[in-house]
Amino acid sequence: MTRRERNWLLVTPAAAWFVVMLVLPLSVIFVFSFGERGPAGGYVPAFTFEQYANLPARFTAFKNTMILAPLGTIAAMLIAYPLAYQLAVRTDPKWKIILLVLVIVPFWTSILIRSYAWIFILGGSGLPALLEMVGIEGVRLIYTPFAVLIGIVYGYLPLMVFPIYVSLDRLDKRLLEASADLGARPFSTFLQVTLPLSIPGVATGCMLVFILLMGEFLIPALLGGGKVFFVGNALVDLFLQSRNWAFGSAVAFTLIVIMLVTVTVYMRLIARLHSGRQDISIM
Amino acid sequence: MRIYAFCVYLFLYTPIAIIALFSFNAGRHASQLQGFSVQWYVRAFRNPFVMDALETSLIVAFVSATLASVLGTLAAVGLQTMRGPARAVFDGVIYVAIMIPGIVIGIATLIALVTVFDVLNPLLASLWFEDRQPPRLSMGIGSLIAAHTMFTMALVIVIVRARLASLEQVLGEASADLYATPLATFMQVTLPLIAPAILAGFLLSFTFSFDDFIIAFFVAGSETTLPIYVFSSIRRGVTPEINAIGTIVMVASLLLLIIAQLILRRRPER
Repeated sequence: MTRRERNWLLVTPAAAWFVVMLVLPLSVIFVFSFGERGPAGGYVPAFTFEQYANLPARFTAFKNTMILAPLGTIAAMLIAYPLAYQLAVRTDPKWKIILLVLVIVPFWTSILIRSYAWIFILGGSGLPALLEMVGIEGVRLIYTPFAVLIGIVYGYLPLMVFPIYVSLDRLDKRLLEASADLGARPFSTFLQVTLPLSIPGVATGCMLVFILLMGEFLIPALLGGGKVFFVGNALVDLFLQSRNWAFGSAVAFTLIVIMLVTVTVYMRLIARLHSGRQDISIM
Repeated sequence: MRIYAFCVYLFLYTPIAIIALFSFNAGRHASQLQGFSVQWYVRAFRNPFVMDALETSLIVAFVSATLASVLGTLAAVGLQTMRGPARAVFDGVIYVAIMIPGIVIGIATLIALVTVFDVLNPLLASLWFEDRQPPRLSMGIGSLIAAHTMFTMALVIVIVRARLASLEQVLGEASADLYATPLATFMQVTLPLIAPAILAGFLLSFTFSFDDFIIAFFVAGSETTLPIYVFSSIRRGVTPEINAIGTIVMVASLLLLIIAQLILRRRPER
């Protein structure tokens, strides 16, 4: 058996699995997005762009996603950066790893339970009840855009800290000393040396969080209470409640396209901003 | 700056701590603590729905993590020396598998499998013995395992490949020079060296599958996993029982995570 044959033999089971469970499903919704809704729901074969023409019917979901996803990403980034900086530059190497792991650990525990925690905190008998005790009444936190934003930042903060930490940790500390030796104040050293060199990490973090937020369903479903909904929530409604597979497929495909376009444009932009250093990768 | 970092940690851990704290609360309400009690844990463990869901979740997580580790490792090894367009296509597929939102994977899998089953079921029935009930393909634990395996396999391939890339080729060449067959080289040289990555991949896959809600929500059919159970009971209203289940789930995934980290960090390259 040649090496070539052996490689194929090793790769085939995984390849077959990807074909059946990923390529086939994505192809099916692509085809279905040009179809029509059956009289009792489901799908009737057709070739029409009607579903895509119908997209404005779900404008609110796209609008919410396109507002709250970037907003959540930026908020997470602003909170994550100082922490990553503190951990990478100012912390004793002995403690670095432990403190970093402490940030990342929540990300790998159930996002469902972590979002639920906020229902518990922001809900009627949680924070609002405490506020009432000190005399502030009628505060409504749960089922507002604010609650969704908190859930997003809480859920994805760890994912943002990690890549920023890595880029700051890799930074050659002698550059900072050199900058100080040349008479730069700490703040201008930060602006002119540290910040530009950490852009790849910031870019990676923002992209990771943004990608995940585009397809978010749980956080708006739990903390938005049906008032603040994302494309993901619209998809669930279309497929499970109204059983409009053709339109649902068109919405799903549009989401994928928006994601791909945003990410590609974003990567180009960052690469240009940071020409010469193209070590932005998401894996 | 230190105070800032402290506040962020507080933000990250307070909600988790509150859930854990109130899971031991004797009373029902979130606004007051009424003494220590394990009654909500007892209730959760006596609830047959919870136990059924837990069993399903454990089976799905174990089977899909095992399949993903074995098939993912084989693929990672095969990809290692593969070049050309086939390799590029495979890399693209792995990238897509990781990047496509879970919700799209869940929906697409549901629609595709339901459509395929609608075609296959009459076909199976016509081929089956006339006097017996033909098997019916439907959404359930099988489709759930298949979907989780797809995603976690991509994860295992990425992790194992990183480890393989860090190995020195000299080792494999030395083994070949000593007349070891490729299989013997793999079993005695490569496998022991990448074993920590495979095990870590297994544990991460297990955690992912055990915690996954969104894919399971679509492809589990009439089966209920623990996250699906928790989601539907949150919809019915917040009860301290969910706090207890949540605490158990978080402690369990924490333990798995710590084990995975320890395994990945042990044995630094030389």
